[in-house]
Amino acid sequence: MSRSTPAACLLTTRRALNILRVMNSSTEELHGPAVRVKGLRVVRGGNVVLPDLSCEVEGGRVTGMLGPSGSGKSTFLRTVVGVQRVAGGTVEVLGRPAGSPALRARVGYMTQAPSVYGDLTIRENLRFFARVLGAPGSAVQKAIDEVSLIEFGDRVVNRLSGGQRARVSLAAALLGSPELLVLDEPTVGLDPVLRRDLWTLFHQLASDGRTLLVSSHVMDEADRCDALLLLRDGRLLAQDTPAAIRARTGAEQLDEAFLRLVES
Amino acid sequence: MRALAVVARVLSQLRRDPRTVALIVCVPMLLETLLKEIFADRPEVFQHTGAPLLGLFPFVTMFLVTSITMLRERTTGTLERLMASPLRKLDLLAGYGGAFAVVAVFQAGAVSALGFGALGLEVAGPKVLVAALAVGNAVLGTALGLFVSAFAETEFQAVQFMPAIVFPQILLCGLLVGRGQMADWLRWISDALPLTYAYDALAHTAADTLDGRFALDVGVVCGCILLALSLGAATLRRRTG
Repeated sequence: MSRSTPAACLLTTRRALNILRVMNSSTEELHGPAVRVKGLRVVRGGNVVLPDLSCEVEGGRVTGMLGPSGSGKSTFLRTVVGVQRVAGGTVEVLGRPAGSPALRARVGYMTQAPSVYGDLTIRENLRFFARVLGAPGSAVQKAIDEVSLIEFGDRVVNRLSGGQRARVSLAAALLGSPELLVLDEPTVGLDPVLRRDLWTLFHQLASDGRTLLVSSHVMDEADRCDALLLLRDGRLLAQDTPAAIRARTGAEQLDEAFLRLVES
Repeated sequence: MRALAVVARVLSQLRRDPRTVALIVCVPMLLETLLKEIFADRPEVFQHTGAPLLGLFPFVTMFLVTSITMLRERTTGTLERLMASPLRKLDLLAGYGGAFAVVAVFQAGAVSALGFGALGLEVAGPKVLVAALAVGNAVLGTALGLFVSAFAETEFQAVQFMPAIVFPQILLCGLLVGRGQMADWLRWISDALPLTYAYDALAHTAADTLDGRFALDVGVVCGCILLALSLGAATLRRRTG
């Protein structure tokens, strides 16, 4: 096999250029914002939940959306996933309008209440969601391992504890390796060891180039995030890294920083 | 392919609930037996109504089971998860229809075996057609159940849709009183109800008069299934308030 003909050379060059182009576009996606929100307004049942919200979520990072319950976190996450009716503004996800059919396989979503079938086993649940997403069968075991439910795979979900059920719901969101993971309070009610393990998993996923948007009403989780969106009464108090928020408010604890931001 | 995933999932949910499956299969057998026994001294009544009733049971059962299952899907958030996924609405509806048709095959098979066997029910037309129409009616019940589940917020409400939507159709379909004996306005309402055609197809099969009217009946039932499924699809919203 001779590789020195001009045609072969041209072919190799073209291939190299293609590889470069692919690398280029993927780095662009990694470092550009994965979610871009401008002037978002959401009204639910006659109440204005989000009056006018603008923010960005960087790709390849773990962004925490923190705020007290009722501040509009879930509504915001629902908008990013594209299941929330919107009254105004634009929400762009991975370069497309939120909710676009092309995004449905690229965005993983974990709702606040565990949304899995209580009368099926963990494996049956995940097998179903994997088939819906077109994910390979091997994704099921991988997701079970990732949320540390290995010994419960064949247990019916209704027989699990609340925290275990939440992890099944998280596992369903991990199926199909989505580029953006939107997780609504994934660590609520979990013991500290499990919480630490899940945050380690989130950062692993981010270092693989995936983007995570995680909500929590527990302020001590803020320090585990690469970037924060602090929300109160549907308004953004701050949008920065934990260190920058500390520096700006002069507060040691992020809880204290939140208070200072509210009062300023 | 994705519709098949839904079929498999609904069937495994039912497999975990053997009591419901037992009720689905055994209750119609019990009712069919009671029908024969209460008319023990007038066997012609059982011979006249036995076959149509056999074909209508799956409609009632599947309507109820489907509307509750779908309501549960809406209230537990699994529907929201599915609406955020690449699953098409049609896949979901077809999956439900397919799964409950499979259940109806067992139900209709068991009631037919009992009716045409031990209870001595006779029909002039093909018995297998009675069972096939029963399965078709099950799909009609499923399609209607999917649609009305959108209008129920609780399981209490969903259960009430059964007397509200199913019972009037049974009263007016011609099973209890011949449509010819009804007042005009009742017959007009009866003309507009899908179960009238489902019953008529069964009656024609029992009498072995598989004529143009029978073909029309089957056509109307199929049309109603498609209509209910598309109305059901319209109630499935990707975005909610």
